[in-house]
Amino acid sequence: MQALQEHEGLVYPLNRTNVDTDQIIPKQFLKRIERTGFGQFLFYHWRYDDDGLKRQDFSLNDPAYDGASILVAGENFGCGSSREHAPWALLDYGFQVVIAPSFADIFYNNALKNGILPIQMEKDQVDAWLAQAQQSELVLKVVLEEQSITDRTGKKISFEIPSYHKKKLLNGWDDIALTLHHEEKIVAFEKQ
Amino acid sequence: MDKPKTIIEKIWQKHIVHQEEGRPDLLYIDLHLVHEVTSPQAFEGLRLNGRKVRRPDLTYATMDHNVPTKNRDSMKDEIAKKQMQTLKENCDAFGIPLADMQHPDQGIVHVIGPQLGLTQPGKTIVCGDSHTSTHGAFGALAFGIGTSEVEHVLATQSIWQEKPKTLNVHVEGDLGPGVTAKDLILAIIAKFGVRFGTGHVMEYTGEAIRNLSMEGRMTVCNMSIEAGARAGLISPDETTVNFLRGKEYVPDGEAFDQLADSWLALATDEGAEYDHRVVIHADEIEPQVSWGTNPGMCVPVSGKTPDLTQVEYKEDVARALDYMGLEENQPITSINIDHVFIGSCTNSRLSDLQKAASIVAGKKVSENVRAIVVPGSFSIKLQAEKEGLDTIFKEAGFEWREAGCSMCLAMNDDVVPPGGRCASTSNRNFEGRQGNGARTHLVSPEMAAAAAIEGHFVDVRNYTSVPS
Repeated sequence: MQALQEHEGLVYPLNRTNVDTDQIIPKQFLKRIERTGFGQFLFYHWRYDDDGLKRQDFSLNDPAYDGASILVAGENFGCGSSREHAPWALLDYGFQVVIAPSFADIFYNNALKNGILPIQMEKDQVDAWLAQAQQSELVLKVVLEEQSITDRTGKKISFEIPSYHKKKLLNGWDDIALTLHHEEKIVAFEKQ
Repeated sequence: MDKPKTIIEKIWQKHIVHQEEGRPDLLYIDLHLVHEVTSPQAFEGLRLNGRKVRRPDLTYATMDHNVPTKNRDSMKDEIAKKQMQTLKENCDAFGIPLADMQHPDQGIVHVIGPQLGLTQPGKTIVCGDSHTSTHGAFGALAFGIGTSEVEHVLATQSIWQEKPKTLNVHVEGDLGPGVTAKDLILAIIAKFGVRFGTGHVMEYTGEAIRNLSMEGRMTVCNMSIEAGARAGLISPDETTVNFLRGKEYVPDGEAFDQLADSWLALATDEGAEYDHRVVIHADEIEPQVSWGTNPGMCVPVSGKTPDLTQVEYKEDVARALDYMGLEENQPITSINIDHVFIGSCTNSRLSDLQKAASIVAGKKVSENVRAIVVPGSFSIKLQAEKEGLDTIFKEAGFEWREAGCSMCLAMNDDVVPPGGRCASTSNRNFEGRQGNGARTHLVSPEMAAAAAIEGHFVDVRNYTSVPS
């Protein structure tokens, strides 16, 4: 996993609640046996119509959001299927940070395992950023070490993240290698 | 005397391998179920790092998401074929038992686990699939994981988990005639929402839960994830024990009796406390039909689609109605359907098929409707055929298929076309779930069967006598 210390990027506002992983990456793209190349299929049926043409009514297709790397969305982001293809698609597309008032549990874990920083933030603040990014360019800078998000006016907001998740992201640690430090305990458990 | 404990705390405590302040606990995993879609990248990760599968004997694989439900010998989808071939090669290489497409134990992973007796009370069970919560019906702690976690469990037979909060969903009273486990769980999600379970493991209690068969309990626990819960479970009782007696992976004789005693001792202690508790009254629940694009968007069959002036998230509701091609305030029974799907890890077990068959027996599927039945496992299919259920379905105009996930997520050829409208016994009505542009209405097997005959939703309670 790539380490993530800080990230500055353009915000893409996805003003929808309960965005499920079927929308993030539809099932027809789950047959691949690789981890890479899913970005082109991100939000596929929201981005493209039945003829494969870009839908004008879906804002991610607006050139104003080209290069966006921070996704801000409504409550319960990533609900539904456990498919890790969802964070793979987000990351491959270029999203490094996802900010929402709440996340589905499995998605939250899956994101962290792939070096995406999911930030749970109060709904009022999320709504404010959603509105702002819909009206004009919003660039945010996230500094994980100090758990802060700063906009270009210098306004700084802090966020919460469990310390062990933070440590792992900052260092890009591989979970399995960490666990294998406890292998004797696994062996002992099995002998019980 | 020890403080009374919930079954959740009991199972958790028995599985802690390592614990330290400020970190999640490292939990031992007793059973890891694997399927073709969420595992290839995990095996690839093991290979890249020169790692082995720690306990192939606690791992069991099958093929379900992609498998065709007809013409299995001449599969056309090359990418899906490769994914299944990859699973076979991985299972061979790492020594994992596999029920492949031609195997008599093949079926939906959450159907075959219980059927084989791999699923047992007190076990920790994971699978790279969110509907792993199904196994909680047996009093197991069972939850879905992502592919990185699949790799982690393959390599270490353990997983880091934050201790969940506990949530008691208490069901007062009993369900009325014609009202099923499916209606109960849909009503729970409609009442409390699609995220009320987030961060929690739910335990279902109450008279209606006790009176459910194991099949019904599996239907309820299956959809815990649609309420956002990490897992859902039910304390084991005699119903649980009786179901498991004689299953292939369960010991027999005295060893079984001892095991059964230990299972029963897992049940939540009298007076144990949960972090949260919600109550629903079973006798007020009608057969349910979902109208929108998440499982919480659901109303009684006698109801209507929402009134936009009366809802909190107006934009979301308007979007859902638009996607579904429905008006506000539209009576549910006025909705015409053109597809019916009876199957999925929620409702594809023998009793589901029996109940649906009893509704369609001697009747014909409406001429505008294409209806398919997909049994949850090869073994269920055989048993159903022994009972003549296939004949009943086929004579009524249903297609009778091989076992798999099928039209629940439409990864294979079983797809609802754009704009098509399906009465489905599955678990998710997300946009495009059953096919791009397809519209899904979640219902019980009985409701799906009656809709197939009438071509629109009807209240199954007035439709015909329902077997108890």
